[in-house]
Amino acid sequence: MTPVEFVDIVLLILLAITGIAVIRTRNLFAAVMLAGIYSLVSAGLFVVMDAVDVAFTEAAVGAGISTVLLLGTLALVGDKEHKPQHTPILPLIVVLITGGVLIYGTSQMPPFGAADNPANQHVAPYYLEDSYDETHVPNVVTSVLASYRSYDTMGETAVVFTAVVGVLLLLARGPLPQRIHHDGEWITVRPGTTREELAAQFKAETEGGGGGPEGGGVDPGGGADPEDRGDTPSGEGGERG
Amino acid sequence: MDDRVILRVGAKILIPFIMIFGLYVHFHGDYGPGGGFQAGVIFAAAFVLYALIFGLGNAIQVLPPKAAYICAAMGVVIYLGVGFLGIILGGQFMDYSVLAYSYTGQHYGIIGVELGVVTTVFGVMVALFYAFAGRRRVDS
Repeated sequence: MTPVEFVDIVLLILLAITGIAVIRTRNLFAAVMLAGIYSLVSAGLFVVMDAVDVAFTEAAVGAGISTVLLLGTLALVGDKEHKPQHTPILPLIVVLITGGVLIYGTSQMPPFGAADNPANQHVAPYYLEDSYDETHVPNVVTSVLASYRSYDTMGETAVVFTAVVGVLLLLARGPLPQRIHHDGEWITVRPGTTREELAAQFKAETEGGGGGPEGGGVDPGGGADPEDRGDTPSGEGGERG
Repeated sequence: MDDRVILRVGAKILIPFIMIFGLYVHFHGDYGPGGGFQAGVIFAAAFVLYALIFGLGNAIQVLPPKAAYICAAMGVVIYLGVGFLGIILGGQFMDYSVLAYSYTGQHYGIIGVELGVVTTVFGVMVALFYAFAGRRRVDS
């Protein structure tokens, strides 16, 4: 056994232990911390495999930011996990079958790191041999990522942006003001206004006579609303813990 | 956390170094491990650490959520801008070789697009943190 293989095996055993510990614990705070350790051990494994860029990302995102985000979630939902209602027999069978199929699949995979693997026959040799002459960038990962494949990275950047737009739509905003069609024109009403309240408001307007369609309790145009909602995190945030 | 002196002092010492390290990871991405994505996350981690130690209210004063949203969008614009700069200077879209003489153009182009990635990832990570940390538990 070479030293590298020894380190590989130790790290993989640590990964397995951490994974089992995450499943066993009912304390979600401990589970989040163990998940952070899992990411850190994975990062170590990536370093041993000479994928330092991936290890960097795993350590920064997996062990760093996502642990903080999970802790933020725990602050909302509490750190106790309920006991599952079902017996673990059926999930165990599914997992065992899947795992068995996957292990069977690895028996037909080419040996790890061999030079004649399909993955090492395509464009990888070209990048490794010619990228420095063509770009004079010593880090092959960077030259592939940002120069040869800069279209792909552009798409990735857009994907990251799109992802946060989706998350913010779900989490950072309150309910949106509604647009309804009333008396021949579209008006904006506050979120959560029920049909009965609206009917009462319209009735009051028509009986009062003055003020026109924009008077009364109906919020006209929602002019102040977007400002309020834009600052939801600061409004709700304040001092925490 | 007003009484936790060690955390406060330790964070104050660490945060500038984390930011410098983020910049190093970005500008040194051509030569060593790292690049825009990692640099953005590291830079955001400095703000997250600040928010954890000194409170979300102070962090929002330093960097309002709107600024984070603008960062997230501007990064994509910077990335596209480097691409169109190639067209303006007479080359093709994303053509780095026209940005400067010889191979220097490659370095300029890579640092330019990575700057876009840094800005987007930084804005996204901080916005995500605000979105999670800004919510309060509602006890019904």
